[in-house]
Amino acid sequence: MATDSSAATAAASSSAAIRLEHVSKRFPGASTDAVADLSLEVRQGEVTVFVGPSGCGKTTTLKMINRLEEPTSGHIEIFGRDQAATPAHELRRQIGYVIQETGLFPHRTIAENIATVPHLLGWPKARIRDRVQELAELVGLEREQLERYPASLSGGQRQRAGVARALAADPPILLMDEPFGAVDPIVRTRLQDELLALQQRLHKTIVFVTHDIEEATKLGDRVAVLDVGGILAQYAPPAELLREPANAFVEEFLGRERGLRELSLIPVSDVPLERRCELSPGASCEEALAAMDRAGADWALVIEDDRCAGWVDRKRIAEAVPNVSAAAVPLARWIGPNSNLREALEVALTSHTRVAIVQDGERYLGVLPIERIAQRLEA
Amino acid sequence: MGGNQPWVRWEWIADNRGQIWDQTVEHLQLTLIAVGIGFVLALGLSLLGIRFRRLYPAITSVAGILYTIPSLALFAFFVPITGLSKTTAEIGLVSYTLLILIRNITAGLDAVPPSVREAARGLGYRQPRLFWEVELPLAVPSIIAGLRIATVTVIGLVTVTSIISLGGLGLFILDGLRRDFLTPLVVGTVLTIALAATLDAALLVAERRLAPSNRTARASR
Amino acid sequence: MIDFLGDVLAWLTDPANWEGERGIGNRLVEHVLISVETVAIAAAIALPAGIAIGHSHRWPGLTTGVVNIARAIPSFAVVALALPFAIRLGLGIGYWPTFLALVLLALPPIFTNAVTAIRVVEPRVVEAARGLGMRERELLWQVEIPLAVPLILAGVRVAAVQVVATATLGALVGWGGLGRFIVDGFAVQDNVRVFGGALLVALLAVLTELGFAALSRWRSPRGVAQTAVAR
Repeated sequence: MATDSSAATAAASSSAAIRLEHVSKRFPGASTDAVADLSLEVRQGEVTVFVGPSGCGKTTTLKMINRLEEPTSGHIEIFGRDQAATPAHELRRQIGYVIQETGLFPHRTIAENIATVPHLLGWPKARIRDRVQELAELVGLEREQLERYPASLSGGQRQRAGVARALAADPPILLMDEPFGAVDPIVRTRLQDELLALQQRLHKTIVFVTHDIEEATKLGDRVAVLDVGGILAQYAPPAELLREPANAFVEEFLGRERGLRELSLIPVSDVPLERRCELSPGASCEEALAAMDRAGADWALVIEDDRCAGWVDRKRIAEAVPNVSAAAVPLARWIGPNSNLREALEVALTSHTRVAIVQDGERYLGVLPIERIAQRLEA
Repeated sequence: MGGNQPWVRWEWIADNRGQIWDQTVEHLQLTLIAVGIGFVLALGLSLLGIRFRRLYPAITSVAGILYTIPSLALFAFFVPITGLSKTTAEIGLVSYTLLILIRNITAGLDAVPPSVREAARGLGYRQPRLFWEVELPLAVPSIIAGLRIATVTVIGLVTVTSIISLGGLGLFILDGLRRDFLTPLVVGTVLTIALAATLDAALLVAERRLAPSNRTARASR
Repeated sequence: MIDFLGDVLAWLTDPANWEGERGIGNRLVEHVLISVETVAIAAAIALPAGIAIGHSHRWPGLTTGVVNIARAIPSFAVVALALPFAIRLGLGIGYWPTFLALVLLALPPIFTNAVTAIRVVEPRVVEAARGLGMRERELLWQVEIPLAVPLILAGVRVAAVQVVATATLGALVGWGGLGRFIVDGFAVQDNVRVFGGALLVALLAVLTELGFAALSRWRSPRGVAQTAVAR
């Protein structure tokens, strides 16, 4: 998730959870390969996203990992063991699987659905019940919803149940095939955020398939861009992908908003903040104007004990009786240190002052001017 | 059926050509009348069910019960009233077509996209022309699918009318049973199946003529 | 007409008519028994075959073909042709030809509905089941069959109603059952007996239909909308 350099080094040192070696797949009767000589490593504890247009073999590749499809040639290792040596059903019980529209069993309650794999593994009833409760809490399902049938839940809730079902036996690997493809954009964003938060706690090895590059760069520690015919066009962390597309196909697939997307990957805490003209709330009109003249500023922030009381400009200061705090306009928008530069840019663009004010809770940290955001993009 | 008599004695067929032809025609007549009357009734009942939605379950329930009652019993019910007549046979046969036809006609008319109806109204269509020139033609594939099922079903049921002393190819089957003679039994059966296949094919051709644009549409059952 | 219905009622309620081998009681039992036996045998043959073929997703055109052929062969002809076969097999007349014909008639609806019922289980659900590590046997018993129950039962229902109806024709090949009253009644032009017999058969058929509808409501998996039923 985090794309700063320290995380990248940590990732580099971690071992491969899944290794595809020269894997090809040709479906019976097809004249071309669905996946052609694909080799890549999925690192342990990371989110790896397969992204590409339809027909790029991303889903087929995913399904070869849990043997829902068998490769025509090549082989796949999971934690260093040849995956084909384990019977398919046993292998799959060790790998969580989430698909679009979840594939929840319509004749079973949500609780029974979540209990599927523990039930197959023959866990005792009490242990299954506890695990279901635990998972429901983890993914944000209400207790009351556990006894309902899938058809009576919203799309978002069904998707949470699908994730809980996949995690039931605590598999180290989670495969997700366009899991958020069928929910509306607002719910999708929320589910993505929830997945990221979940991953912060669980550190699973997740392989995620999507056709949405935005989703890929948001969720992936690494993104594999696949071209039609299952050809690996580029395999890199999102920032690198956006900064240096390997070829014209990747560049086109990334689309026109590449720069904006890159900004969304950079946290505000990565950029040094600036301090501008600051006034104490007790300053008189004359003192304030003098301070602004010295700083060559048209506006100033009113700061008291690390808290920003608002902002003033020259016109308002003229009406400041008895001091500037009476004229200060409270801040309408600001951003937190965990926001990204894309959000900062948006706030800066819509403010009179052309800066984004950064606060950690109530504590004023500084400002991020538009020029500095732009510079970061050129760097 | 004793002994090892052959399945078919060709001499019998040659000797009874006239009879065979007559009963085939009779069988066809009984079928076409039943399906024809059934269609008119079903169309009316379907329109009633579409106009007054609350009536639809009642209409299909009654048709469903009629469909469930065994054919021989249904014929038998009317013998005391209408005697051993064609009317008795037709009442029974028509009863069987209703459920199948009502379901398919209603499904076909329901499936006309509202946008098409809107567009037709926008072009100045009003009832009843809207129905005859827009809605009904679009429902043709589903209606013909229903007619095919109804026709094939009725052809089979007409064989039973011979038991209440009426004509049709069932006469040969009954005759074969009574006289312990295989040939008419086989002839009756084969011709009945052939008749069903022929009419089914004819309706298929009719559908392609009537609704060429729906050729790829799958008929609903 | 009122007089006639009164006669029918009198015939139906006269205890003398219910007694003995030729009585209504015995005929009713015969009719019900042969129906249960033949539907059970047909289900024992057609369900495993249909479920296996449905699960394999092979022969996509098979069900339509079977449905069309089954519909085109008149049930009367099946009963009539069962007689010479039964005789050639040394089974005689009466029970066995009727039995043979009814099993044959019950097979197609049970088979085709079973195939379709399994086939139409949502591919995503099946994929999820496999993806979670269910073996084929587990997939079949825990997912496909429970979801297929309403359609499978619909097939058995159609077969049962048809068997109850066609068992009436058994009287034409020397068997008993409720058809006896209709066929014998015709022979001696006793309309009261014809009508009474017809009433009993009709009631039995309608009860069969309603019974299965209740069974289907009771046995269908919760959480699944009742599937429209194919005839």
